[in-house]
Amino acid sequence: MNKLSKIIPWLLIALLGAFALSAIALNRGENISALWLITAALCVYALAYRFYSAWIAATVLVVDESRATPAERLDNGRDFVPTHKWIVFGHHFAAIAGPGPLVGPTLAAQFGYLPGTLWIILGAVIGGCVQDMVILFLSTRRNARSLGQMARDELGPLGGTAALIGTFTIMIILIAVLGLVVVNAMKHSPWATFTVAATIPIAMIVGVYMRHIRPGQVLEASLIGVVLLLLSVAGGRYIDENETLRLIFNHEGLTLAWWIMAYGLAAAILPVWLLLAPRDYLSTYMKAGTITLLAIAIITLQPSIKMPAITAFIDGTGPIFGGKLFPFVFITIACGAISGFHSLIASGTTPKLLKNEGDIRMIGYGGMLLESFVAIMAMIAATVLEPGVFFAINSGAGIVGADAATAVAKISSWGYPVTVESMQLLAKQMGEETLFARTGGAPSLAVGMASIFGNAFGESLLAIWYHFAIMFEAIFILTTLDAGTRVGRFMLQDMLGNIWPKMGETSWTPSVILSSALVVSGWGYFLYIGVIDPNGGVNILWPLFGIANQMLAAIALCVATGILIKSGKQKYAWITGLPLTWLIIITSTAAYQKIASTDIRIGFFAAANDLSAKLSAGSLSPEKAKIAPQLIFNLQFDAWLTVFFISLLWLIVFDMLRVAIRSINGKLVLPLSESPHSPSRLVEDWVRD
Amino acid sequence: MVGLFKKAWRIVRRLSGDDAYEQYLIHYALKHSDHDEHPLLSKAEFFKQWQDEKWKGVKRCC
Repeated sequence: MNKLSKIIPWLLIALLGAFALSAIALNRGENISALWLITAALCVYALAYRFYSAWIAATVLVVDESRATPAERLDNGRDFVPTHKWIVFGHHFAAIAGPGPLVGPTLAAQFGYLPGTLWIILGAVIGGCVQDMVILFLSTRRNARSLGQMARDELGPLGGTAALIGTFTIMIILIAVLGLVVVNAMKHSPWATFTVAATIPIAMIVGVYMRHIRPGQVLEASLIGVVLLLLSVAGGRYIDENETLRLIFNHEGLTLAWWIMAYGLAAAILPVWLLLAPRDYLSTYMKAGTITLLAIAIITLQPSIKMPAITAFIDGTGPIFGGKLFPFVFITIACGAISGFHSLIASGTTPKLLKNEGDIRMIGYGGMLLESFVAIMAMIAATVLEPGVFFAINSGAGIVGADAATAVAKISSWGYPVTVESMQLLAKQMGEETLFARTGGAPSLAVGMASIFGNAFGESLLAIWYHFAIMFEAIFILTTLDAGTRVGRFMLQDMLGNIWPKMGETSWTPSVILSSALVVSGWGYFLYIGVIDPNGGVNILWPLFGIANQMLAAIALCVATGILIKSGKQKYAWITGLPLTWLIIITSTAAYQKIASTDIRIGFFAAANDLSAKLSAGSLSPEKAKIAPQLIFNLQFDAWLTVFFISLLWLIVFDMLRVAIRSINGKLVLPLSESPHSPSRLVEDWVRD
Repeated sequence: MVGLFKKAWRIVRRLSGDDAYEQYLIHYALKHSDHDEHPLLSKAEFFKQWQDEKWKGVKRCC
């Protein structure tokens, strides 16, 4: 009887989950409540957490609660600190949850709500969560070593170098695409530009306060910062309505891009306490607060999804980015289902805080489940918009035409009716001049969020909600941007230090400036090209980022699979081997198509050839002809970059297979680098108490 | 209810690092016997080191 009462609730959850999944999958033609998406996601998460993650922890990894973690053994009161599991969960989640799971699902909504939603849910429970949890475990068993170090120790120098290069390039592409998202959100929007610009001095005030005025009073300083941020959102309206002031903040995309680059350079050089650390506090509070608010609003309001389950664009003709459902929905969703970047946090950073190995399941697997849930909410916010409106905001002028009438005619002809008047009304409600061709995902997400918040907390504040949402996205995009530039700078200094040791000194000013400038010009180049690209740039950069990110995940899974096999756990190696195989298939297919496709909206070379043919035939308008040589060069460059990514991936896969086969055949491989078992005092104390 | 609020407040303080110095004092009292080699840091000094330490390496993701 007791056993039965334990089984029945899980059976009910399974039934409810299956029912919700079939409701969202089989629904055609009618609007469906967002609650079904939430229900399906939560039921699958609950089952996967309760059964799959528990099985992995107990049977595959054999988590040992009596074993002392690096945090306990190396406790120094500063970076190695044994910490309560909920606190570690908070830190880990704050670190892994960035703008990726918000932007990816928004863009992937062009295929309809179903494909993206299914991949966010299933990809997370089978791929992303497993990756995060296994890497966290492996790093915890190896004195909190980083992914790159583990790759070097366990596979060999090739794996280590590849992980390092992979991390560096993905960082560059990531920052560029995020910069582009912010630029597109601020373009010709004095209100948004003012609010985003205001976050910089506000962060500095907070930084000075907690470093010098009242040292260590983190919450006091943060409270001041949050109040100032909210005032800047409201104050933006005043700027927008003032004829002189609005000119100061009304800029072209390109001007804003230069400013973002200058900001990135300053942030990488300035001390962390002044800008980076305080901005991070503010962005973390905003993120936590807004996501909670969004969850409450969606659950209480239960908005209905207006986007069809599947659109005609699964054939590859979508206006937001070119490419068929397979493999591009997987490449586009990226972080919401599985993100290679997480393995950098799960190794090196989080293990330093872990008090007990028993917490690995909740932090690694559970943390990613929550991130996946954020991606589901982003999908909901994108799909509650009328599809016509969604496509009008997200389609570049190069695709649907630069003037409003042409754009609405084109979008309506796809079967998603929208009118110029309704778009103007919406723009007016949101306090913007226009919402046409605001590519990048941020504006449409903000409109979606504003309409959800507006319904829940008052329609009259729509414009405030919109700019709040823009500020919320921009503030943590800029946090990723400046933190990423800084990390890139350190990595570059490290690499250059191998050639000229003086360059490796992280505090030598010429090295700091040179390496920061190199990193900024790296992503600045892609940002610049993205801004001048008449198709919006996101259509090129986001798939490139997706491929790079999924490639990094494949590297992490290679390391994990290799270690599982070396530890004699071949029969369980499929837990990472399966998602790895899938990632290899999707990244290789996507890369192949980006390189070899003859469709100019997919293939980089095809697009470059098409453009140069048009240029030499003289059929381009003068403005387009001026930028064409740069675009052609960039397309070819992107193609070669993709070749590089995919070669790197296959190199590591073969290296892992080499190690695995040698290990299975009993030949000599690098020894496991696991640190020896030492009993945990913390558990003993606990038992004795 | 009050207990719950206190607990939540403790979590917020711990997560934000607001109580980092208090945690350091506890760590110092329990783990350090070499007070001459490692003199107790003031709050401002400790915060400086803590903040700089916290921002080494990859701390934020996409």
